Amino acid sequence: MEKYRIDPRKGLEFGLYTLGDHLPNPETGERIPASQRLDEIIELAKIAEDAGIDFFSVGESHQDYFTTQAHAVVLAAIAQATEKIKIASSSTIISTLDPVRVYEDFATIDLISKGRTEIVAGRASRVGNFDLLGYDLHDYEELYEEKFDLLLKINENEYVDWEGQFRAPLKNAHVLPRPLNGSLPIWRAVGGHPSSAVKAGYAGVPIFVAMLGGPATLFKRTIDSYRDALERVGHDPNEFPVSTAGFFYLAETTQQAQRETYPFINAGMQKTNGRGFAKQIFAQGANPHDVMNIGSPQEVIEKILYQHETFGHQRYIAQMDFGGIPFDKLRKNIEIIGKEVLPAIRKYTVK
Amino acid sequence: MKVVAIAGSIVGSKTKTAIQYAVETITNKYPDIDTTLLDLADYDIQFSDGRNYLDYKGDTKKVTETIMKADALLIGTPIFQASIPGTLKNIFDLLPTSALEGKVASMIVTAGSQRHYLIPEQQLKPILGYMKAQVVQSYVYIEDVDFYRKEITNDDVIFRIERLVEDTITLTKTYQQIQAEKEAEYDF
Repeated sequence: MEKYRIDPRKGLEFGLYTLGDHLPNPETGERIPASQRLDEIIELAKIAEDAGIDFFSVGESHQDYFTTQAHAVVLAAIAQATEKIKIASSSTIISTLDPVRVYEDFATIDLISKGRTEIVAGRASRVGNFDLLGYDLHDYEELYEEKFDLLLKINENEYVDWEGQFRAPLKNAHVLPRPLNGSLPIWRAVGGHPSSAVKAGYAGVPIFVAMLGGPATLFKRTIDSYRDALERVGHDPNEFPVSTAGFFYLAETTQQAQRETYPFINAGMQKTNGRGFAKQIFAQGANPHDVMNIGSPQEVIEKILYQHETFGHQRYIAQMDFGGIPFDKLRKNIEIIGKEVLPAIRKYTVK
Repeated sequence: MKVVAIAGSIVGSKTKTAIQYAVETITNKYPDIDTTLLDLADYDIQFSDGRNYLDYKGDTKKVTETIMKADALLIGTPIFQASIPGTLKNIFDLLPTSALEGKVASMIVTAGSQRHYLIPEQQLKPILGYMKAQVVQSYVYIEDVDFYRKEITNDDVIFRIERLVEDTITLTKTYQQIQAEKEAEYDF
């Protein structure tokens, strides 16, 4: 776990992530300017740090309604604006980037942040990045696997010898700068499906599992498959952390929390994915065994602890800004996280 | 209410003739309903490669977006080699999982003989069910002999199409009403 800068004795880590979506407020139809959205993302990281939140990450999406395409640049700004919170991508779409360049960027951010930076590498669910950045979608799987492998190799070796299909070969290439403590924690982003988690297990890398909704036991299968795969190839699952990520929002009551989020999530999904979020599924999200952490502080604390018991994961990452939720609501949420959620989670998970 | 009718093959005229008649029936009987006919022969649609439907371009994007916005689908299909044509299956493959959730779907089938009568029951309905459509259970099955040069010549077929149209619209209205009542119960 130390390799991934996780200290299990400190209990479950709590983080925030943003996809960097830039969506109109469905209630007013108005969209804040991109500059304001970026300012607010950086501000969110700052107030998260002040509240004692452990981790903050920013996604990369090359689509309409997003604004953190250059997510490494945003993370560099956050590195400068903060002092102790861990920062990462969620995710870096490694398939359509050059792993050497990504490593240079993130090692630099790690130096600026004094050793707080991590990479979560994914494949993208929407695929605008392929045309935009000049890659062939038919290579979707292979691009990801090859480039992710190269990224890991650069992380392990300062001088790299490498040959592959999608990039010019590297001969004793010196990749600089190096991160503050020699290497970066690099995670594999995993959707709900076990097959990607199994690949992470074989490769011996930690996983970041995104879960929108549904019973925790459904996602436990993915995590179990991952740990089985780790063991199958001789790794010790106790050395590899698991992160889970999903919707989060707090209000006085669960009804209130649902009222304040549903229109944003539904309209946001419709615009970014082409399908809204069914009310029936959203309503089931209130079930104590559902992974959707939208509710009153007490209910959400109990859910996070139940999920911790089920998954045995090391980090939970909350998404609460999706769909243009106004910033004052986010600020209020962070306040409650700091005052009520973090102390409770630590009380029950610190070893 | 938005109804999208699909002529699911790019060859021949019978499926199109039948589905066109269904569309005319809707337009005459329910002038307020917004009806679109997608004749796949008019579009150049690529094979599904698994991406989100919004990420396609040109006709592929246009056709999938039109279908996703529909409240009801009237699917016209011939039977090719004891199944639905690949062109129609490709449309389903282009759409997301559960893409037909909240939509009503009904079927008009044309075939060379009665041998294939159960094909829509056994091959098309399971797809619609998997994609979570509310399926109008009875369908209209039409044989080649019921057409003559792009005209339906059998009054019974005309009557059956008219009943299917009524059932489709009634089920869509009913379903929308039930859905609206159910959604109103949620407190968000």
